[in-house]
Amino acid sequence: MTRRAYDDGRTAAYNYAYLDEQTKRMIRRALLKAVAVPGYQVPFGSREMPLARGWGTGGIQITAAIIGPADTLKVIDQGADDTTNAVSIRRFFERTAAARTTEATAAATIIQTRHRIPEQPLAAGQILVYQVPLPEPLRRLEPREAETRKMHAWAEYGLMHVRLYENIARFGEVTTTYDYPVAVNGRYVMAPSPIPKFDNPKMDMCPALQLFGAGREKRIYAVPPHTRVVSLDFEDHPFRIQSWTEPCGLCGATDTYLDEVVTDDRGGRMFVCSDSHHCETRRAEGHHGPMLAAAASIHLVEKEDAA
Amino acid sequence: MTGNAEILQAGFADPVFDSQRAFRTVLGALSEPGLVAELDPALTPPPGLEPATAIALLTLADYETPVWLPPALAAGAAGRWLRFHAGAPLTTTPADSAYAVITAGAEAPELFDFHPGDDQFPDRSTTIFIQCTSLEGGLPVILAGPGIPGSRRFAPQGPVPEFWRAAAANHARYPLGVDCLFTAGRRIAGLPRSTRIETGETR
Repeated sequence: MTRRAYDDGRTAAYNYAYLDEQTKRMIRRALLKAVAVPGYQVPFGSREMPLARGWGTGGIQITAAIIGPADTLKVIDQGADDTTNAVSIRRFFERTAAARTTEATAAATIIQTRHRIPEQPLAAGQILVYQVPLPEPLRRLEPREAETRKMHAWAEYGLMHVRLYENIARFGEVTTTYDYPVAVNGRYVMAPSPIPKFDNPKMDMCPALQLFGAGREKRIYAVPPHTRVVSLDFEDHPFRIQSWTEPCGLCGATDTYLDEVVTDDRGGRMFVCSDSHHCETRRAEGHHGPMLAAAASIHLVEKEDAA
Repeated sequence: MTGNAEILQAGFADPVFDSQRAFRTVLGALSEPGLVAELDPALTPPPGLEPATAIALLTLADYETPVWLPPALAAGAAGRWLRFHAGAPLTTTPADSAYAVITAGAEAPELFDFHPGDDQFPDRSTTIFIQCTSLEGGLPVILAGPGIPGSRRFAPQGPVPEFWRAAAANHARYPLGVDCLFTAGRRIAGLPRSTRIETGETR
């Protein structure tokens, strides 16, 4: 039994996975109701966590309530496994839950994410935990919680369509590029968290369970596997995802979400996959992008990657 | 034997990890309606509760969640066991309960007697454990909706046609409605309110 694995003398003052059992039960009950009503935001008693609100406390509380010794955890921030937020959260669960961690998307049972869905398609049995800053998609249209609650209760989403329409009327297209609102199971309009709209289609009929936690706003919501998730649009202005005119500079991928990276102070720049594990996997498979050698020469990537 | 002298059945041997494993199974069951899963924590339930019902209640219930049990169970060992191990209050009003246990085919309140949530807070509804003799080999229904690719056949032994009509009516008031967990032995299957139910298939 692994029950004492986390008890290394340093963390013994805490329960397994940091949260006390009563808090876990409360979060677990909220998760079950969230799954039963896809896209509906369940209020929950968000706890103080040992990092500031806005740094992923909602996602951390969900992960803490579901993780166990049999799990393998992957944490990404903007698609990358090696950024500060991802490294800190991964270490938090290594310390408090003796969690087995990985960077490989396929090897993970729980993937906690900020602002991306991995490029590699998720599989049945995996759980994707989103960190959500603003769970209420209607908040910027209607500041009063009492009103947005009624709008969800009565499925009054006309205001959201007016916002999208005004965008089209002024700019010729919907200018929202991230946190693009979706309708879940034909009923609730939901904020997919600030993922790029590029990732929205991946949520639709996804075989993995998707859980959303907003720590500061004290909301939990969910999309069960194989659930319809439709990005809001109009017949004559269908939803479109971003596209790029050049491939990933490192791995040459043409079907991934790319970040723009400034490489010098003379206007040099390159586009690279935001999903760092996906890009590394492709390079290891022998895919080379046009800027790989240049990136290696300025130590943006390891030399052997470029070989 | 009188109530005081009766020896209480034990709870989880390892509350932290037993409840974590059990929760993941219940979460999976409710995420993929009609898919039968097995709860593995070792637990001897009190008389009247299926092992799966007892494990799930110990995992989810506490002082915040009023539980409705059939009167015979509430007055007996099951009621004492639940109050002792989970600290959960027992209620005699189905509409006040967060969790409820009924036995399929036995006399019980209607699904509509339990709390369906309200339009602004549909999460406040009752979750009902429906204890069956088996989760296979009964009257089949076809399920569809979130958590189900296409459709899924589900045939627990115990629920009668009137129950499935009530369950279909429960779905019709989505996003309100109760959520059901079917239990038999250590096995469990979910039926959230989001699931469409088609009956009338010939066996």
